[in-house]
Amino acid sequence: MTTRVELEQTQVDPAVNEVGTEDRSWLTIVWNDPVNLMSYVTYVFQKLFGYSRNEATRLMLDVHHKGKAVVTRGSRDKVEIDVAKLHGAGLWATMQQDV
Amino acid sequence: MNGWRRRGGLVVAALSEREAGLLRGLVGQVRDMLAARVAAIPRDELAELTGMTAGPTTAPTDRVLARLLPDFHREDATLSGGLRALHEPELVALKDTAAGVVLDTCPARGGRLRLSDEQAQAWLSALNDVRLALGTVLGVTEDMPDELPAEDPRAAHLVVYHWLTWVQESLIQALAST
Repeated sequence: MTTRVELEQTQVDPAVNEVGTEDRSWLTIVWNDPVNLMSYVTYVFQKLFGYSRNEATRLMLDVHHKGKAVVTRGSRDKVEIDVAKLHGAGLWATMQQDV
Repeated sequence: MNGWRRRGGLVVAALSEREAGLLRGLVGQVRDMLAARVAAIPRDELAELTGMTAGPTTAPTDRVLARLLPDFHREDATLSGGLRALHEPELVALKDTAAGVVLDTCPARGGRLRLSDEQAQAWLSALNDVRLALGTVLGVTEDMPDELPAEDPRAAHLVVYHWLTWVQESLIQALAST
């Protein structure tokens, strides 16, 4: 649920929001892989980030069909922890700066 | 094994002796691989003093371990290395704990399993790690056939992989039902 709030906060126009590189938004990306089950990926998104079943399913389908999806965004520290949680669950996740 | 079910507050299943032996063997192997990764980290005086062990900064060369412990960033090797050093010990400990729960709760001779939700979560993680390991070794792809020709050396292992997939799928359904 926290994730939802942060998602909205990061939608502020970066040009208006004058911040240094330290504060630039980071993204948590989950990549498609041939082993992780669709049901498992959906379950993990719900469990780790508190997404509704519908939202978690939508993200899982994005990963499956588009090869990747942004599952959370926020400060570098937050995203780093989210990637570590996803690795703990066996998902193939990376972080990158939003550009 | 007829799949997992919720019964009372527990998640239950029954395993044959052969199934239990197979699962315990696979979970034990993944656990041993992770332990070998930890054992390869040189201990330094600072770590001995603080009890805080930094993980390695480089990704495992073994492809199974590399899949279990992926990089944090695709291009930035410095960032990935730093975050690996910071998080890998904790990630390995998490996977080791999950494997330990399976080995503690899975009767070596098979039989009934009665798991709390917390134990079932550990089973789910450990089963996923085993599938990742086996899937990597087998070179599983999205359109992997259900069966390989009998002369393919991977044929018997693929049967095990598909069985693990079914066990995991069934566990997710049991956990998701209330």
